[in-house]
Amino acid sequence: MAEQRIEPILAEAARPGAAALPVPITVATARTRRRPPRLSQLLEREHILAAVLLAPTLTILTVFIAYPFVLGVWLAVSDKVVGRPGAFVGLQNFVVNLNDAIFLRAFQNTFIYTFIATILKLAFGMLAALLLNNHFKFKRIVRASMLLPWIVPTVLSTLAWQWMFDATFSVFNWVLMNAGLINKRILWLGDGTLAMGCLITVNVWRGMPFFSITLLAGLQTVNPDVHEAAEIDGANAWQRFWRVTLPLIKPIMLVVVLFSMIATFADFQLIYVLTRGGPYSSTHVFGTYAYEIAMRAAKLGQGASISLFLFPFLLTVIIFQLWYIRRSD
Amino acid sequence: MAHQSSRAVDRRAFLKLAGAATGAAVAGGIPGIVAAQKAPSFPKGTKLSILEWVSFVPASDVEFKRLAAEFGKLAGVEMTVDLINMNDLNPRIASAIETRSGPDIIMMINNWAHLYSGGLADVGDLAEEVAKRDGAFYEFVKTANFVDGHWKAVPLCSVNPTWNYREDWFKEEGAAKFPDTWDELRKVGTALKKKGRPIGQAFGHSLGDPNQWAYPITWCFGGAEIDDKGKVVINSKETIEALKFTVAFWKDCLDDGGLAWDDSSNNRAFLAGTIAATINGASIYFVAKRQFPDIAKAMNHAHMPKGPAGRFYSLGGQARAVMNYSKNQQVAKEFIRWFMDRPQYDKWMTTNDGYVCGPTPYWEKHTLWEKDPKLVPFKESSKFGRWPGYPLPPSRKASEALVKYVLVDMYAQAIKGMKPEDAARWAEGELKKAYA
Repeated sequence: MAEQRIEPILAEAARPGAAALPVPITVATARTRRRPPRLSQLLEREHILAAVLLAPTLTILTVFIAYPFVLGVWLAVSDKVVGRPGAFVGLQNFVVNLNDAIFLRAFQNTFIYTFIATILKLAFGMLAALLLNNHFKFKRIVRASMLLPWIVPTVLSTLAWQWMFDATFSVFNWVLMNAGLINKRILWLGDGTLAMGCLITVNVWRGMPFFSITLLAGLQTVNPDVHEAAEIDGANAWQRFWRVTLPLIKPIMLVVVLFSMIATFADFQLIYVLTRGGPYSSTHVFGTYAYEIAMRAAKLGQGASISLFLFPFLLTVIIFQLWYIRRSD
Repeated sequence: MAHQSSRAVDRRAFLKLAGAATGAAVAGGIPGIVAAQKAPSFPKGTKLSILEWVSFVPASDVEFKRLAAEFGKLAGVEMTVDLINMNDLNPRIASAIETRSGPDIIMMINNWAHLYSGGLADVGDLAEEVAKRDGAFYEFVKTANFVDGHWKAVPLCSVNPTWNYREDWFKEEGAAKFPDTWDELRKVGTALKKKGRPIGQAFGHSLGDPNQWAYPITWCFGGAEIDDKGKVVINSKETIEALKFTVAFWKDCLDDGGLAWDDSSNNRAFLAGTIAATINGASIYFVAKRQFPDIAKAMNHAHMPKGPAGRFYSLGGQARAVMNYSKNQQVAKEFIRWFMDRPQYDKWMTTNDGYVCGPTPYWEKHTLWEKDPKLVPFKESSKFGRWPGYPLPPSRKASEALVKYVLVDMYAQAIKGMKPEDAARWAEGELKKAYA
């Protein structure tokens, strides 16, 4: 019987967990010898924990944002071409840009493209958001499908648009001709002004869902009681929108406009697929022109100076909008 | 320290041995290996990676991959072939050269050997060897790849454009064969357009087609971007004549969609039967043969008409460059040498079915040209080749003028109503900046 009693104890001792038994003793000795604090203790200190938690973000920002940006600035003030070291040339690249008619056209186009497209996206996006904020059948499906243009890869959707604007096979021309509205085809991408209109149309089509869904989210946070109160006070629909809804969703609206402006300013794919800056360089924007110069003519320095022309403007926009949002908060 | 240096010596000794092994393989050359059917002598684990465009002839890519695999087997080299869209090659090359890592061999198109010469190894021995065996390269081929006295890429082929035209429709207008001069073409073209069968030409910003009008027509009329000293001479009587001709040709003969066209628009329009002629490679004919046999039968190819100064094409072609960062330069050169050797090149060229022309006159004798006489103008056009930046080599400055579409836009603006004299003056200003 005695043997039987000992057995479980041995078995207990042989279990892996049992090996941990002496550990507290070791720890105790360590404490008494005042070894350096353990990791968990270090992390309890707030400034160290903060640094550790911030480190991954900081690393990512440094590697993927700060380094490319600094490199871009360096390229813009150098005469760097692919395969050869560049030398510092000061602001020469920027001077060349300002004397380049194609660059100035791209400059003008970038602003026209960004402002018109952003305003239209905001207007249509708001309209769609207001409509979607109502209750109707298949509400969820309609809301989800609104996002399609935003989700489909730009290159693919733009290729579809390219077909629709095609000089020979345009579906728009086909419809207009069969409806008897035109008797001569319209060359959508064959004229500078019209081509800019087409580019803006496609951009609005692609970017509007981002506006409408974000604004819809904003609209849903508006308390219905406020509306009711306004209605009782005799405000009509327009007044309720202008004086109640709009002020309430202004912060979110400004954030959407900010994001959209930055993205539209730096747009490339859409224009490159549809016109590549043509005809007669009438639809170049900073992005497409910088690509042609930096990649196809291998002048990295000059190309960087074209795309960096955006920077001071974007910085101003961001500072102003962030300041405005903070102030209204 | 002593320990470290002895290790370094060991490594050096090993590298020497490895180098000797590679050298042994090279001395005999891969053709030697193939002939003797010897076991491959490259060090085990040798890798070779190649980056090229996706050809417009799918069979060509299949054959290229097959040949690369065959070389890999013979030489005991692990081969990687990466084919990407032509548009995506520029950024890939730029990043490969700047980071000094990437494929060992990269395809150079048109004047890229000039653009990227700083990142390319000298391949003079190989190019000279091919020229010695197959005859001198065409002038435009040599100019594209011979940079400041060094061969920076081994010419592979050129994809030449010629006139694609509806023989049946031209005959209806009394043209038994394609007109030999621009004026004659304008006459026939006028009659064709009246019947709703215009000629098609792109004037937008696509990569190829618009330039295939702008450069040759300027040369045919005796104009040029620059003279042999690099001075901009575009604003000349000759250019203005070319501009006046283009504006008249646009009104009388061309499809008015041209300003909105890209490189594939003329292919589609020709195959849809909405245009009577256009400048293009053999791709229209290939598709027609497969999908529109009636059009294939009714169409033919012809040379660029002559102008007062002669007959010219703007040609560039494809070449293979060995990157100077590559650790496998010797293997890379062996692959190119093996591929350019007649048995391999012959097979590859056959699969291209007339889409590519060889870089030397030797390949004008290839049997494929006899099989289909409709393709003959393609191989002949190599003799009339010039390049952007002519008469100087196609430098980075010529590229800048090209990517700014200065010549194309000069014609496009004249078409849109700018006076020819003003268009030439505008181009002069732009070219002076590009060639500064």
